[in-house]
Amino acid sequence: MKKLITGAFLAATLAVSAQAQDTTLLNVSYDPTRELYRAFNAAFVAHWKEKTGKTIAVRQSHGGSGAQARAVIDGLDADVVTLAMQSDVDAIVKNSGKIAADWRQRLPNNSAPYTSTMIFLVRAGNPKGVKDWDDLVKPGIQVITPNPKTSGAARWNYLAAWAYAHQKFGGDEAKTREFVSALYKNVPVLDTAARGSTTTFVQRGIGDVYAAWENEALLALKELGPGKFEIIVPSLSTLAEPTVALVDGNVDKKGTREVAQAYLEFLYSPTGQKLAAKNFYRPYQIQHADPEDAKLFPKLKLITIDDPLFGGWAKAQPHHFGDGGTFDQIYKR
Amino acid sequence: MSDLAAAVPARMSRQSPTTESRFTRGVLIGVAIFFLGLFLLFPLLVVFVEALRGGIGAYFAALKEPDTVSAIRLTLLVAAIAVPANLLFGLAASWAIAKYEFRGKALLITLIDLPFSVSPVISGLIYVILFGAQGYFGAWLQSYGIQIVFAVPGIVLATIFVTFPFVARELIPLMQEQGTQDEEAAISLGAGGFQTFWRVTLPNVKWGLMYGVLLCNARAMGEFGAVSVVSGHIRGQTNTMPLHIEILYNDYQWAAAFAVASLLALLALVTLIIKTILEWRFGEELASAGRQGDIR
Repeated sequence: MKKLITGAFLAATLAVSAQAQDTTLLNVSYDPTRELYRAFNAAFVAHWKEKTGKTIAVRQSHGGSGAQARAVIDGLDADVVTLAMQSDVDAIVKNSGKIAADWRQRLPNNSAPYTSTMIFLVRAGNPKGVKDWDDLVKPGIQVITPNPKTSGAARWNYLAAWAYAHQKFGGDEAKTREFVSALYKNVPVLDTAARGSTTTFVQRGIGDVYAAWENEALLALKELGPGKFEIIVPSLSTLAEPTVALVDGNVDKKGTREVAQAYLEFLYSPTGQKLAAKNFYRPYQIQHADPEDAKLFPKLKLITIDDPLFGGWAKAQPHHFGDGGTFDQIYKR
Repeated sequence: MSDLAAAVPARMSRQSPTTESRFTRGVLIGVAIFFLGLFLLFPLLVVFVEALRGGIGAYFAALKEPDTVSAIRLTLLVAAIAVPANLLFGLAASWAIAKYEFRGKALLITLIDLPFSVSPVISGLIYVILFGAQGYFGAWLQSYGIQIVFAVPGIVLATIFVTFPFVARELIPLMQEQGTQDEEAAISLGAGGFQTFWRVTLPNVKWGLMYGVLLCNARAMGEFGAVSVVSGHIRGQTNTMPLHIEILYNDYQWAAAFAVASLLALLALVTLIIKTILEWRFGEELASAGRQGDIR
């Protein structure tokens, strides 16, 4: 018994002493950025050491983008957030006031240092001959995409299909709905997040085509061998702008504003942009990417959320994904 | 060996009220072993095979990775706090329930069982709602710069909550069965309250207590749901082993994920072995407890 208590104290002291570091930044991020920030953090720590002579450590937390925003609202001590969607950062602004409302104007490109888009991952040889969104509504084809209620990727997929149909039918709303509805009839499993869908498609072997983040698809190709899957780029897709922001409330409390700001700015530096491309995100300034990385990102028609068709997240979110929104309407039928 | 195995049940079956044929018994035993193998042993084996797929060097390299070391250390720390806390509580609660009569006793027993019936997600969420930045005590805690959720204290609290019943649940029936005669005898012979507890009650329940502590420890180290809610998933800081396994798996680091998983499984196996030994000892103690009481 005594030994147990002494052991507990010993372990406690060890844990505390291990945490006593000079400065530690906490980056609260979403799921698919794990590999990117592992590389980026190492580069930034070296850069900061060289610039100021100070040793810092950067800690990471990853999870579903919405859940991570919720954790920051509930008190997770993030210095910076690097989330999937603008609406998640806005949720922190609205519910905790820890981020200044003008955050999108404080960094270039609407505070999005890298972007991505939705493309198709198919099995080797493309046995079902998938080329564009209208192949996904054909009967007998199984489409993997996560649930738009919980997943950012799924919302971008949904909106991309919507935009494609809108263009195809010349803006006919009824036909657009019918098209998107037919697509979701072909979805056998709605996972809650993108990594779950990747596992469904790649590990469990379910589905013919997986509408995925471009960066997730490229990573899966790299991790799992290029012989098993192929990437198909549709004619049109959505431009996803994962956004980064300084959490003012937390950095001022911890006294880390200077280094946290430098961290975010370093994302826009040539090194940061190059690392984004290396980890399969489309850098804001593609000229900084290594040529062989730049080749990974083919040009396609990209629609942003601010396009008049969607009118920004404030409008698109409740219209399409709120209770009784277009997704609820088509998915019930 | 087979003769002996056949002979024992044959002799027992004369006294046994069940009169199934040898064939039926064989089938039942076979089915039980088959399912045990399929659902327990086979997955356990897979964990170790996958963990060692990259070779023994890769296995230990994965375990030495700083974030993994931190996860192991945090798991041990949490267990080292949660288990003694529940040991003290369990002893106090079962002592009160078994040895005294008081109003609300049934309610107390029901409350102790609460963590068993509540989903672990809720066990985590209640602490976020209580101590989170937007929670009831959030603003007050923040004004003092105290961080509970998304830090080690929150993980410890959530773990204590889910492992709350283990020790008490083990001791209450045991103490109730033993009754209060031993204690009454001790007190009538002039022993003080603490002396009675230390010299009479504790030795009587020691095997049951250790059994409860083991189960409590296994759950404390393995808890996922409640801890996941309050952890914040900060790598190298607030990830316990179960959380770290999930992270590694999702990071495409399967070998490392299974390496950590195998370590957790080993902990579980060790617990199981000690538990079996204890059960064997504890069974005898329990059977002889009444007789011993008479002799004393």
